[in-house]
Amino acid sequence: MSLGLLLLVLLALAVAGYVIGRRKAVAQVEGDIRKLHSLPPFYGRITALLTAVPAFFLIAAWLLAQPLFLETKALNLINPAELPAGKSAELVMADVRRVAAGLDMLAARGQDVTPLLASPTALKAALNTAGVVLETEPTPSTLAATAALRSSGDTSRLAMTIAALVLALAGLAFGLSRIKPEYRARNATEQFAMWLLMASSLIAVLTTVGIVASLLFESIHFFRLYPASEFFFSTVWKPQFGGGSQLGILPLLWGTLYVSVIALVVAVPIGLMSAIYLAEYASRSTRAWVKPAIEILAGIPTIVYGLFALVTVGPLLRDYFASPLGLGNSSSSVMTAGLVMGIMVIPFVSSLSDDIINAVPQSLRDGSLGLGATPSETIKQVVIPAALPGIVGAVLLAASRAIGETMIVVMGAGAAAQLSMNPFEAMTTVTVKIVSQLTGDTEFASPETLVAFALGLTLFCLTLALNIVALVIVRKYREQYE
Amino acid sequence: MKDQRLETRVDTQTIKIEARKAQVYYGTNHAIKDVDVDIMDKTVTAFIGPSGCGKSTFLRCLNRMNDTIPSCRVEGSITLEGESIYDPRVDPVQLRARIGMVFQKPNPFPKSIYDNVAYGPKIHGLTRNKAELDAIVESCLRKAALWNEVKDRLQAPGTGLSGGQQQRLCIARAITTSPEVLLMDEPCSALDPIATAQVEELIDELRSQFSVVIVTHSMQQAARVSQRTAFFHLGNLVEFGETGQIFTNPKDPRTESYISGRIG
Repeated sequence: MSLGLLLLVLLALAVAGYVIGRRKAVAQVEGDIRKLHSLPPFYGRITALLTAVPAFFLIAAWLLAQPLFLETKALNLINPAELPAGKSAELVMADVRRVAAGLDMLAARGQDVTPLLASPTALKAALNTAGVVLETEPTPSTLAATAALRSSGDTSRLAMTIAALVLALAGLAFGLSRIKPEYRARNATEQFAMWLLMASSLIAVLTTVGIVASLLFESIHFFRLYPASEFFFSTVWKPQFGGGSQLGILPLLWGTLYVSVIALVVAVPIGLMSAIYLAEYASRSTRAWVKPAIEILAGIPTIVYGLFALVTVGPLLRDYFASPLGLGNSSSSVMTAGLVMGIMVIPFVSSLSDDIINAVPQSLRDGSLGLGATPSETIKQVVIPAALPGIVGAVLLAASRAIGETMIVVMGAGAAAQLSMNPFEAMTTVTVKIVSQLTGDTEFASPETLVAFALGLTLFCLTLALNIVALVIVRKYREQYE
Repeated sequence: MKDQRLETRVDTQTIKIEARKAQVYYGTNHAIKDVDVDIMDKTVTAFIGPSGCGKSTFLRCLNRMNDTIPSCRVEGSITLEGESIYDPRVDPVQLRARIGMVFQKPNPFPKSIYDNVAYGPKIHGLTRNKAELDAIVESCLRKAALWNEVKDRLQAPGTGLSGGQQQRLCIARAITTSPEVLLMDEPCSALDPIATAQVEELIDELRSQFSVVIVTHSMQQAARVSQRTAFFHLGNLVEFGETGQIFTNPKDPRTESYISGRIG
């Protein structure tokens, strides 16, 4: 039974559970629903939930765990002696997976695949026609592994279908058995809903944990191959895929911070001042169109900003500032990327600050105005100090956004890693190097590729620290007016 | 400070603020209709009336706080010592330094107690040095009956005080610029009875130096602290006179119904 069909069957069972549960509850009190603890739909709902939800969770868990089990099983069948030179068992497993998928495809087209398994040559030809291109003919042990993968895959799929259906029916029976007039179906539904909501939030948390864990494991792997002290303190970034790379993070961190600082120097004053204008001076009608107009900036894809940096800002800065001042003649520069990125994060600063300034109680403004202060004195001395922690939070959020930006840097600042004070020099950032280390056909075993994970982890720690500081400050601010 | 006060002491029967045919509109809503009021110097004047009758709106006209509301429009004449306060030559910012205001909810700035009180003198440049500023802060805190409670923690945040202390801090802040009139918009509505009693006592003391206008929901409070009372109803000034007369022998039947609790 295919997965879609199985889900449909489960859904049908749930609907049946709803109808039967509801009927049973009503029948037990002979139609006088006043004698029921809860309204009839609650009896139906709890039965439907008990039928469908555990079965759905079982399927999800099974599908997540299945590949892990099957692949270790198939991996054991591969004969290490038959491995081609320079290829690891993991790489052969990729072939096994592709062959298995190809065979499934052929079988789905109604072709008989049994004779193909006997002859590697015929198999390769058949798979080629089906669109699965193999480099070499599969070795006997690869074929054995493929066959094992396919057959145990089928078995596992069948077992899952049966288990899910049994679980659904058991849930249905359990739900129905509990229905009595005094059964608190309404409270039980509530309880069930709470667990469902909790499971949803757990998924988000677990995903974060998973991402961090994968970064962490690969980084540890990297630090085994490459000394951590070199990575963190070396000032040279020179990856060579032949070996002998120098992978110092310092030039990249410097580029990241330099670009971010320029971006903030652009974005913070402009964003803050426009926020003050919007919150304190603008009339309602002006605000109604200026605020969305500024927020449109946040909706422009960063690649478009990148084009703007590459085609307009970069040459402009080179022709009018860098060249005449003798500071270099590269159209990619830290300044270009910083300026354009600054424009990109203006809405983050202005929109959040505007909300925060608006949240300052009107009574404080009245108090200051009532003492004979002008509006600008009121803003400088009362409103901004009151909103300051929130504004700092907004700036830090903008900063973490700027640090993580990639596209504008690639197109605006180039990809040359170097340590320089000159803002008209091409530099690059951590994110850009993560991309360039992972693009291309490389295997995930050399320090040159694994360094991407260490870079990612460093960046993650940096932005996480910024976000935590921002959250702490924002929380402190909230306490002040409650 | 004392000498200055003696110099400015004038006859208690001088009219400080005079309103004639004052009208207030919020957009098309006519909120205040034909109000004539005389605020006497060195007198506490109470504005009473049911919610929404316009007493706070009228109070905010007296120091042009309504200018901060875009849709608000004021007509008629309101004069401070014979000069129209809505004259284009009058700077509303300067005017508000002469007519101070205390608000319904205590609104200390997120600054230290000292800086809260020093705010007015600082922005108006009233002092030449730190010692003079210290003196003003101390005398105003003393007048607001708060000095003894906060003198050891002047650098603590003003928001950390209790509600009653915060309101007295706001009163101290409002009198630092030596205003001629002090407007109070329900200053005790957010306070407990003890703090209310303290603030009422304070109002009575302040009367020797300023003219005080107080908006209140509590008729007992009006009777306790004021010498003159104005009763507002639906945007009209129904009756204005001596407090004793308003509460014991009202002329208008609406006033009588309100003070005996039948409308409002």
